[in-house]
Amino acid sequence: MTDLHFTDDRADSTEIEAVAAAIGNETVVVVDTERLIRGGTERRHQSRHLLLPALHALQRAKGWITPGGLNHVADVLQVPPAEAYGVATFYEMFRTVDPGHSESVTHVCVDAACQIAGSDTLGDELAAKGTAVHRSPCLGQCERAPARFVQGVGTPDEVPADSEPLVFHQQGDPSLRLLKRIGVVDPGSLDSYRSNGGYVALDRAIEMGAAAVLDAVADSGLSGRGGAAFPTGVKWRAVAAEEGCPKHVVANCDESEPGTFKDRVVMENDPFSIIESLTIAGFATSAENGWIYIRGEYPLAAARLEAAIDQARNAGLLGPDAAGSGHTFDIEIRRGAGAYICGEETALFASIEGFRGEPRSKPPFPTTHGLFGQPTAINNPETLLNVLDIVALGADEYRSRGTEKSPGTKLLCLSGRVANPGLYEVEFGTSLGQVLELAGGLTGSSELRAVLLGGAAGSFVGPESLGLPLTLEDTRNLGTTLGSGVVMAFTTDVDMTPVLIRIAEFFRNESCGQCVPCRIGTQRQHETLVQVGRIGSITADRRQLVDDMARAMADASICGLGHTASSAVSSALALGLIGGTT
Amino acid sequence: MTSSQTSVSLSIDGNQVQVPEGTTIHKACESAEINTPTLCWAENLTPVNVCRVCVVEVEGNRTLVPSCARPAEEGMVVHTDSERVRHSRRMVLEFLGSGVDLDQATPLHEWIVRYDADITRYDQPELPAAVIDEPIKIQDDLYIRDYNRCVLCYKCVEACGDDAQHTFAIAVAGRGFDARISTEYDVELPESACVYCGNCIGVCPTGAIQFKTEFDLRLAGDWRPDQQEITRTVCSYCGVGCNLEIHTQDGRIVKATSPADHSVTSGHLCVKGRFGWTYVQPST
Repeated sequence: MTDLHFTDDRADSTEIEAVAAAIGNETVVVVDTERLIRGGTERRHQSRHLLLPALHALQRAKGWITPGGLNHVADVLQVPPAEAYGVATFYEMFRTVDPGHSESVTHVCVDAACQIAGSDTLGDELAAKGTAVHRSPCLGQCERAPARFVQGVGTPDEVPADSEPLVFHQQGDPSLRLLKRIGVVDPGSLDSYRSNGGYVALDRAIEMGAAAVLDAVADSGLSGRGGAAFPTGVKWRAVAAEEGCPKHVVANCDESEPGTFKDRVVMENDPFSIIESLTIAGFATSAENGWIYIRGEYPLAAARLEAAIDQARNAGLLGPDAAGSGHTFDIEIRRGAGAYICGEETALFASIEGFRGEPRSKPPFPTTHGLFGQPTAINNPETLLNVLDIVALGADEYRSRGTEKSPGTKLLCLSGRVANPGLYEVEFGTSLGQVLELAGGLTGSSELRAVLLGGAAGSFVGPESLGLPLTLEDTRNLGTTLGSGVVMAFTTDVDMTPVLIRIAEFFRNESCGQCVPCRIGTQRQHETLVQVGRIGSITADRRQLVDDMARAMADASICGLGHTASSAVSSALALGLIGGTT
Repeated sequence: MTSSQTSVSLSIDGNQVQVPEGTTIHKACESAEINTPTLCWAENLTPVNVCRVCVVEVEGNRTLVPSCARPAEEGMVVHTDSERVRHSRRMVLEFLGSGVDLDQATPLHEWIVRYDADITRYDQPELPAAVIDEPIKIQDDLYIRDYNRCVLCYKCVEACGDDAQHTFAIAVAGRGFDARISTEYDVELPESACVYCGNCIGVCPTGAIQFKTEFDLRLAGDWRPDQQEITRTVCSYCGVGCNLEIHTQDGRIVKATSPADHSVTSGHLCVKGRFGWTYVQPST
């Protein structure tokens, strides 16, 4: 007898079957007379990590999450319906209002790279043809702007551009490290991966032993490639030192930073490399549970990773005594559902756990209190990829590329007004100008106006920075960041005002809403920019207001989203890209 | 606390303060008689550190830290009144004041003055600052919900959930500026899991959730808290021994509360203690 309360709405058989197919038929055991206040609290956390997959199933079945469907899932998982509703309304890909049709919905990206490639017009054209259109934040396909993603109803999600052949401009370049297999290896074949150097690193890691792997990662100077550049060796050692409870390693494949698509290209074209490197992470930190949290708008990447995990498991590379290491390790995939904030590590944990993707206050840090409150090493896929070379080549050889403080190579996502947008791997220290040349230079006859470095959470730099060596230290000294590797070029023919208004709107829409500085600050920042757009300049008091808001958001927000929500806007004002020169 | 408990020593605004290990910076400030504003923190709830009014500067930290949740550490150097702290507190208050009706959020009035917050500077010509604009929810005779007054401090959600009632009738729904406290699909309270304990009213700092009695009197311009009497008594319904504070105005009961520091209730009541007093007086 449950003491949860439900409205009278009931799921239909389509929904019940869809949920069962997604999460199995096991319901949470409810003990008679047990009340939520005692065992119930534990009970409602027991299977809650299945909430997100169950909501995906409901959304797919009907094109929206019906009250009856939500009640069913809440009952099966023993999650209070109000909380399940709170989770469902958190994500861009879930609808909780009847759309009135059961057609697939075409998401059209409206963020910078797609915006200047005419996504607005594309959206209008599709809508005029009767397609259900949803204007969406960055879909992670900036190299093929304007981007689309089709969310199916009763059918799988798909990305129209996925049926086109891979475009990779550096294919076959012998200097590649991280991208050497892209376009070369068959992403669907473990044998192909092995014959292209796959699983050499894991064998080597097992031979070396966990302690030596930790040493190599620390000695290599590898730092996190998701944006924060935290030393990976420090993180892994901290998790390895935790004992006596389950531990996790997580690949944070939720890249949603506008302008970023590097993880997608790797996952789609070299999925085994993520699995191998995550296995090494598990081995080195003695964590048995691997997780891949992948953004919901990447159906091809999810399918290829899923298939690769199956093959690896069948070959004994995952599971008990994974790859003969004597260590148990397996990987589970979770799909996000459209929320930029879930790329923040603690928000990602909350999302997997079946709660709203709200970041937690740090400390405590994930290395002690991560997923399910247990020690967790969470890394960006690009960071993990580097580990393969560090282990296989050794830290010294690894450091032979790049600079002293930024060893190795970096993946860069080139987009905007460049001739050959796409993913590139360059040595740290390559200048911004060289990188733009690598992508074929600018398009059209216009001059360079600005480059957005590091994504919407990064900042704009002007043409005077073309000589800037792209390293962690040089970008930091200039007050900018490499962030997630975004290099988005804007030429003088681009009207920057709508771009900046959209960046402000992006943060306003993606704020989780938890803390006041970010929830209201991003709203007010957006309003202020809309006003600047209307009158074509910025008054002194509005300028003061923007600065005041920026300081408070950077200083008093809970997480990185709020801390960086004003950085692109502030840099654009400083460069005179909007509001007149200052 | 036992005598064997270790203590930590920290500096707050230049004063050395010694507190037991595990004490929050906020508590440590209190012991040093430094008044630190907070909106989302309460004695009887788990800290959620979302309002960010209580932020302080801790040397060595890149950003400000929430004093309500961060434990004091040995050797910490804390500044509670630096320019950075004052700026962020001012902005948080401005943000709240620009979007939320704070008329009944009495403690904030003093802070808005203290931090020189200008809540009017967000309206622009022909573009007023967006506010929450929702009709007041009156769905029963016991309480009303006016989310135009909601600062999203999560207190009601906590009191409805893990921290007191374990009913989970309400949660935060939506995201960002559009986030709201809501039942599933915003169904009316009588249809939801709500058991009408009123513990959400008990913790609400802004009047977003309030007794219908109070709401009606305010509407009539007849709410006079300075003329109300509070009588402490013990609830007569069962043997638990909950302390009640009966608020009366002109000899009539207008609401019932319980002290947050009471050992039996921690400030929380059930539907009977909270609302079961109408029988003692004739209806009007």
